[in-house]
Amino acid sequence: MLPAIAIKQVSKRYGNVQALIDVDLDIHPGEFFALLGPNGAGKTTLISIIAGLTLANSGSVKVMGHDVIADYRQARLNVGIVPQELVFDPFFTVREILQMQSGYYGIKNNTRWIDEIIERMDLTDKADANMRALSGGMKRRVLVAQALVHKPPVIILDEPTAGVDVELRQTLWDFIKQLNRDGHTIVLTTHYLEEAETMCNRVAMLKAGRIVALDEIQNLIGKMSGGRSVRLRLLPDRLPEALLPLEINRSNDMHELRIDGYAQLESILSTLRSAKIQILDIQLQQPDLEDVFVNLMRNNGNLAQ
Amino acid sequence: MTGFFTLLHKELLRFWKVGFQTVVAPMVSALLYLLIFYHVLEAHIEVYPDVAYTTFLIPGLVMMAVIQNAFANSSSSMIQSKISGNIVFILLSPLTYREIFFAYILASMARGLLVGLGVYAVTLIFFDTPVLLPLWALLFVLLGSAILGALGLIAGIWADKFDQLAAFQNFIILPLSFLSGVFYTIHSLPIGWQYLSHLNPFFYMIDGFRYGFFGVSDISPYISLSIVAICLIAISYLTIWMLRTGYKLRH
Repeated sequence: MLPAIAIKQVSKRYGNVQALIDVDLDIHPGEFFALLGPNGAGKTTLISIIAGLTLANSGSVKVMGHDVIADYRQARLNVGIVPQELVFDPFFTVREILQMQSGYYGIKNNTRWIDEIIERMDLTDKADANMRALSGGMKRRVLVAQALVHKPPVIILDEPTAGVDVELRQTLWDFIKQLNRDGHTIVLTTHYLEEAETMCNRVAMLKAGRIVALDEIQNLIGKMSGGRSVRLRLLPDRLPEALLPLEINRSNDMHELRIDGYAQLESILSTLRSAKIQILDIQLQQPDLEDVFVNLMRNNGNLAQ
Repeated sequence: MTGFFTLLHKELLRFWKVGFQTVVAPMVSALLYLLIFYHVLEAHIEVYPDVAYTTFLIPGLVMMAVIQNAFANSSSSMIQSKISGNIVFILLSPLTYREIFFAYILASMARGLLVGLGVYAVTLIFFDTPVLLPLWALLFVLLGSAILGALGLIAGIWADKFDQLAAFQNFIILPLSFLSGVFYTIHSLPIGWQYLSHLNPFFYMIDGFRYGFFGVSDISPYISLSIVAICLIAISYLTIWMLRTGYKLRH
């Protein structure tokens, strides 16, 4: 199957700074994909190269099979980009902006679709308001609407929920999920790892211009984290001999024990009971994407292949 | 072509929506020049036989208004879009660099012509200045406004901040237009300055345009036409090159 986005050996340098180093990445049609990484890891640079806003020093990028340089018109018709910055044209109203945006993409009478996205982005009240009069969250919605006027098969959102209140964040995700269900490929960057974890099928983690992890979220968590564990506070504060090999961490008065499954809890509890040790507090630890992220960014781990 | 027409329409709307500032204000300043120079110089200077100074001045002022407004339009549009960041909507779109070029240039020409025509129309109330050879005048006004529209685009793309654009405008465009023979015929200058004036492309625009009014000019209108046309081609090439390579627009 033709990838929605095919990135091959892409490198980008800004002066002495190597922003991207030999990045290879295929994003498949219909995926809900997240690009994660700390600030300066190269996420926005990569998106800008896909968008044609930044020119790579080497390598190639194709969107739905169209090279973003050689065949830029087709490539751009196939992708809608929501930029990270809240940019807007202060001369026009929301509706005018969307009509112009359609025109740039060669679409003449787009009123029906524009009305629909205005409604779905909850912008109906503001459709004829000047862009200057809109709040930050409203401007963000217009940016999303602008990326959708030409119904692109691939939609890229660069930190769509940065600085957005909880309610709008929910509306936005619902809408984006709906787009994904409708068959659009979604690529996003976000700082909220729990968002990526609940929404996306697959993630790539970037660190200093390289992809250091690329997999389905569940696989990543399985591979990277130490698995499940249980944290206990005990009275008296000592572990029975039999449990010592399980201890992986001890901080303050909490003992952290690795467990392979919840069934193992039963034997731990009975060991404690027979040693007459009381449990004052118990916490089950479920590994999440954040653990993977923190681990990767701290170590030199590389799970890309 | 829809993309091109949309961008052109947007660029026209952009200045039309603030027409008081972009069309009426420059007309007022051109008329102020006219009133002041009329008051001070009318009785003292005759540049061409049988052409009163004010009559001589009017085409120069019209052309200067065209030049300055054509430049102001594309340059301010481009730098505002760059600084506010909304240039991305054009850069992300499938518009070709030629479409972008022609849309910006045509909008600049439209604003230049509108202001020029406005200035001329108002002067007609006070001074009778017939256009002897309207096609010549039109030709020079079109070429001149196109050149300045392209120059404005170059300046807008090149400048990273308003300060740099103002420098471009105040140290290049303004002196070149003021010293191009708007207010005088270059034959009245010392010989050295006459030579220097021949290096100023704006001189040919104004001289050629004035030929359209009176049928007289400092140099042959054919020479002016050739030089202005060559300038337009060269500057257009440069502008299109900048847009094609993404100079200062795509990193």
